[in-house]
Amino acid sequence: MPRKKSDIIVKMEDVGMEVDGSVTSDSEENAGRKSRRNPKPKSSPAAGRNNQTAASRTRRKAGEEEEEEEEEAPRKAKVSKRKAAKQHDSDEESEEDRRSRAENRNAASKRQKEEKNKKDKENVNGRAEESGKENGKKSKRRTKDGSSSSEESDAESVSEEEMARLKEEVEEKKKLISTLRNKPWRMRRRLQCLKDAQQFVEKFEGALGKGKGRKLYAFKVMITKKWIKFNRDFENFKTACIPWERKIKEVESHFGSSVASYFLFLRWMYGMNLVLFGFVFGLIVIPEVLMGLPYGSIPRKTVPRGEQAKAMDFSVLFEFGGYCKYSFLFYGYYNNQRTIGPLQFRLPLSYLLVGVGSFGYSLMVVIRTMAKNSNEGGDGAEEGEFTFAWKMFTSWDYLIGNSETADNKFASITTSFKESIVDEQENQKDENVHLRRFLRVLANFLILCSLGGSGYLIYYVVKRSQTFANMEEEELTWFEKNEVEFVMSLLGLVCPPLFETIAELEEYHPRIALKWQLGRIFALFLGNLYTFLFALFDEVNAKLEREKDIKNATIWAMKEHYSNFSEFNISLDATMPPTLDPADVLRGPCWETAVGIEFVKLTVSDIQVTYLMILLGDFLRALTVRFLNYCWCWDLEAGFPSYAEFDISGNVLGLIFNQGMIWMGAFYAPGLVGLNVLRLLTSMYFQCWAVMSCNVPHERVFKASKSNNFYMGLLLLILFLSLLPVVYTIMTLPPSFDCGPFSGKQKMYDVITETIEKDLPAFLATLFTYAANPGLIIPAVLLMVLAIYYLNSVSKAYQRANAELRKKMQMQRDEEKNRRNNKDSTNQVMKDLEDLMPKKSPLSTSGKDAEVRSEPDKSAKVSQKPGSVATGRGVNLQKDVSLATANPRVAVSCPRGPGPLPGSTPLQASPARRGRGRVHAPRR
Amino acid sequence: MGNKQTIFTDEQLDAYQDCTFFTRKEILRLHGRYHELAPHLVPMDYTNNPDVKLPSALIVNMPELKENPFRNRIVESFSEDGLGNLSFNDFVDMFSVLSETAPKELKAIYAFKIYDFNTDNFICKEDLEKTLNKLTREELTPEEVNLVCEKAIEETDMDGDNKLSYDDFENMISRAPDFLR
Repeated sequence: MPRKKSDIIVKMEDVGMEVDGSVTSDSEENAGRKSRRNPKPKSSPAAGRNNQTAASRTRRKAGEEEEEEEEEAPRKAKVSKRKAAKQHDSDEESEEDRRSRAENRNAASKRQKEEKNKKDKENVNGRAEESGKENGKKSKRRTKDGSSSSEESDAESVSEEEMARLKEEVEEKKKLISTLRNKPWRMRRRLQCLKDAQQFVEKFEGALGKGKGRKLYAFKVMITKKWIKFNRDFENFKTACIPWERKIKEVESHFGSSVASYFLFLRWMYGMNLVLFGFVFGLIVIPEVLMGLPYGSIPRKTVPRGEQAKAMDFSVLFEFGGYCKYSFLFYGYYNNQRTIGPLQFRLPLSYLLVGVGSFGYSLMVVIRTMAKNSNEGGDGAEEGEFTFAWKMFTSWDYLIGNSETADNKFASITTSFKESIVDEQENQKDENVHLRRFLRVLANFLILCSLGGSGYLIYYVVKRSQTFANMEEEELTWFEKNEVEFVMSLLGLVCPPLFETIAELEEYHPRIALKWQLGRIFALFLGNLYTFLFALFDEVNAKLEREKDIKNATIWAMKEHYSNFSEFNISLDATMPPTLDPADVLRGPCWETAVGIEFVKLTVSDIQVTYLMILLGDFLRALTVRFLNYCWCWDLEAGFPSYAEFDISGNVLGLIFNQGMIWMGAFYAPGLVGLNVLRLLTSMYFQCWAVMSCNVPHERVFKASKSNNFYMGLLLLILFLSLLPVVYTIMTLPPSFDCGPFSGKQKMYDVITETIEKDLPAFLATLFTYAANPGLIIPAVLLMVLAIYYLNSVSKAYQRANAELRKKMQMQRDEEKNRRNNKDSTNQVMKDLEDLMPKKSPLSTSGKDAEVRSEPDKSAKVSQKPGSVATGRGVNLQKDVSLATANPRVAVSCPRGPGPLPGSTPLQASPARRGRGRVHAPRR
Repeated sequence: MGNKQTIFTDEQLDAYQDCTFFTRKEILRLHGRYHELAPHLVPMDYTNNPDVKLPSALIVNMPELKENPFRNRIVESFSEDGLGNLSFNDFVDMFSVLSETAPKELKAIYAFKIYDFNTDNFICKEDLEKTLNKLTREELTPEEVNLVCEKAIEETDMDGDNKLSYDDFENMISRAPDFLR
């Protein structure tokens, strides 16, 4: 028995020393690293290189070297040294961790055995303490183990304290690891720091917690590790999934961030549309195609007899008539069966919910993105406070990588400096201001005129088209049939350049000018769109009137059919009349499909115009300019036509309006979303190509700077505006009686009440009726208004407090500065900055290094001299290093036992002291 | 074979990911760029941390930096010897700080270093003049330069020592709407 016990003790000692040894060696390394860092032997390139090599090796390789160093240093702690060496040999982090943990566990089980035999335990205890004294310093683990068996309660409290501290340390290290990338240190120092911190964490994480808690803790640690790993992989995967990153970067480097912001916006739109597409196709189109009735089974899914002859003609299909009209692309195709397929899929309900849900989703995404964007911007100071400083330090666009763009940028910076110099010198002439004001008013007046004109033109054209619609198809020319689309596209083409010309009167900064331009074109498009919509509503109302007649007519025709049947076929034994062929049934105009077709046509014509404009306006122009230049009388490239600039405002607004069209039309034409996804995909490639091959950078290159949120604001507005008509139709207009998923209902939303009544339990239905009670809704609305008011006032109060605090901070800062007169920098950031200073090879330091190497015995004394004598900078450096890397460990190793602590001393300061610490500890 | 495994060990990649704002793939791509600059100098195998430094002349000619008026200063402030020679670590460091995801505070620190031409931890008037001349390609007259520099110091300097300390600089830059790079 006793023998066994001693075995245990040996083991335990092993364990204790193992841990301690590794700790000390670790910190030594740390110090060693510092010693290699601090002396900066850069006097000759060769020496520098040498140093570099030593430093940049991995620890495994450097292990031997370090061991050498350690041998040179005068230290007698044989045990710990042996352990340290051992540690170095098997340096693989994970391996070491596993081993130490296994040993810990071993020790734990042994300890349990011990507890069975009390006598031996005492013995153990005594010896453990003895050895603890002997070693003088370390082995918290061992002391803990030993005492835990004899003085259970006492040890508990002590170890708990330690544990808490340890835990804290580990947490601190972990925090360090996660924020390491934000530290302004050299990469090598960062890597080293990371390695140390990781090792520390791994070593002590396993030791934390004891008894029952230990396993749980280890498990927790393992899980967090796995989780971190998973997160990182997921991050990697996510960034790998973001498409066109490099393409956009390329554009960015050629044209600056303003043009790139358009492409970023385009990509964002693509992502959002992809999700919408997933909703619409996954929940509406695919169930209908798979489980719904096939084509030709019922009238709404069949091309009428009269149209069948032309149904496959390209001209008809291109206008989305014929087979296209009676396909799943449009509202009318869907049946009003409550459930379809074996899964009892409630298609009408899902249709309505997807229609409303896509709006909800878009709103959410847009608002969230806006909130995120607005958080990123700085807290803008008062305008004009730092005009010159800002211009000087932030005007360069670091993304520019193209010489032409750079030239433009240089020029624009120079002019902007000159402008502000002039402003500063003369404080603006009065005449100038008046003239400018007048010009701006004039410009706005002109633009308002053209806006009104375009609105009237559209109204006129739409009215005309309604009269055309009543005429015979054959009498109309192609132009008359497509007049509305034609005029709208033309206006979209002509007005923006016109506005741009007018805007030159105003002489705004290009970034502000861009916003004005965007706002104006937005107003134009919006006016056009809404005129178009009102005209469409007129048409819808007319169709609704006609529909009533037809509905009566169909019923009458049905009756006639039956009566004819019964009249002529009395003799036959058929009890049922032969069903009418679906193609022959009389049917209503189905206004929903008509609206859907209008939107699809509009979208398609928009795509055509955009692409044609790129081809003709940009590509052809570039080609002619490029090749005609060889045989022309003036320089085409520099002169009049030159190359086109990328029109940011036009493109962004085109995109936004297209999206508005999609939002409005998607309810009536589910296929529209798919079309849009295709469009965005192709335009990404097409426009990237066009920009890179035939556009030139803007003359006054400017940075995008938050205008992204401006785009988002426009998008939000358009979303809201497109939400209105759709919701209006859903809530008020009666759906067509013979087509679409809601046919036969008074209102579209009846689907929901029907579902509540039939599919949900009765008490839920009553609950809904209560919830829909105006007596409940009005208080709810009131409550929300109150909440908004409250939150608004709270945010205002915060803002005020913020401003106040800022003012206070400023004052304090000034005061402090005046007081301490800028002599020594206690600021951590300043130290980091100093640390980043290039190393200016002082000879003395390299000499010091040599001394350390050649005279190991004296190193303790000798090397301290340069450390203390060194320049202020050097001292700062050392302090900084010790503060930043080793601080935590001091606290850990403090409670490690009586006497000088090798764990703490080497960490507190310079490499010289490290040697001393090592010498002292084991000897005394 | 899969060159992913041979350039860096997994631990190295993890360490780089912890220390920078890059993903695994980006680090490998960075190495590719670094290798491209001097294929005969930079080894493909980085598992044992070879000691390679590229002179600033090579780095400065990268398309990302070629047009930047401060390219030499950027490279110098990220190199450990202050002369513009970059090891791969410095190289990664540089792009990490310049990347989009790096926080403003970090960028401010390095921006200060970049604008601090004579590395005395203050941006003094000479530094400002150099900055301005680089920004405008010396198209302003000396009087104009002088005026602008004086104005800038007047605006930003808060302790009245006629040069910008880091605190001044940070205070100014953190409020700038355009300081995003």
